[in-house]
Amino acid sequence: MSNIARDGARAEGEVLVEGQGPQGMISLRCDLGAAALKTALAGEGLALPAPLSLTREGARAVLWMSPDELMLLCPYDEAPALCARLSEALSGTHALVAVVSDARAAFRLTGEEALLRETLAKLTPADMRPEAMPEGCVRRTRLAQVAAAIWFEAGAAHVLAFRSGADYVFGALAYAGRSGARVGHL
Amino acid sequence: MLILTCPYCGVAADETELHPGGEAHLTREGPESDDAAFEGYLFHRKNPKGVHFERWRHSHGCGKWFHAARCTVTLEVFGSYAAQTTEPPQEIREILTARRPGWDQEAKA
Ligand SMILES: [Zn+2]
Repeated sequence: MSNIARDGARAEGEVLVEGQGPQGMISLRCDLGAAALKTALAGEGLALPAPLSLTREGARAVLWMSPDELMLLCPYDEAPALCARLSEALSGTHALVAVVSDARAAFRLTGEEALLRETLAKLTPADMRPEAMPEGCVRRTRLAQVAAAIWFEAGAAHVLAFRSGADYVFGALAYAGRSGARVGHL
Repeated sequence: MLILTCPYCGVAADETELHPGGEAHLTREGPESDDAAFEGYLFHRKNPKGVHFERWRHSHGCGKWFHAARCTVTLEVFGSYAAQTTEPPQEIREILTARRPGWDQEAKA
């Protein structure tokens, strides 16, 4: 099993593609309108994101994944304790809270914004223009042949993909953003 | 290229982000049905030139199943709607009646 994303893989071309290393991830599924969820998140200083977006508080973020699913990002070592506290806070609610840190790999692309968008646009059918995909918008889509989640935050593009395909995703991103691959369309 | 808007998350998804689920609104015949009805449920599908109701799953997205009404000839999409229904909702019927008069007679044929 490859640990390419974990071991700090790095490819520099038109954009810099980096494996993010260990990333704490907690999957939270329940009725997102439940009052108990708002309270549970607030207890951790977090806010419920609007559909297709994210909220962030320091090293922690909450990503909207589907009408009944959130993904919490946090430092890798904090995930089990955070998961336990959220489970406790949601104990009277029909909910599922699970640490899924090892299920996915996280990547970061940095560089000129238009080139970040262009690099991703070569791999996804999703509209990567700023008006369709503004900062803070979370889009689950397809990168080449596999599922991924994409968002732009603080001048970087972020990608989450299943760890079983981490090598593939890293390779696809690195190839799409390699030196000389600039198109200049976006 | 076919683009369908997922009624659950609102994303305008490309065909390649979706998984097709075939003809919509089938009656699921059970063991108590007669052989002809069961055979129809298992094997017989409409293949119209025109208005078609389909099931799709937003597999590279929110993961939800939904319904779509579209034209198999022009690829015009009339709309998408929730999975929790056994027939096209009124809103979709009105769009079809406006754009494809007689669609409901053809659908019965
Ligand atoms: Zn969806």
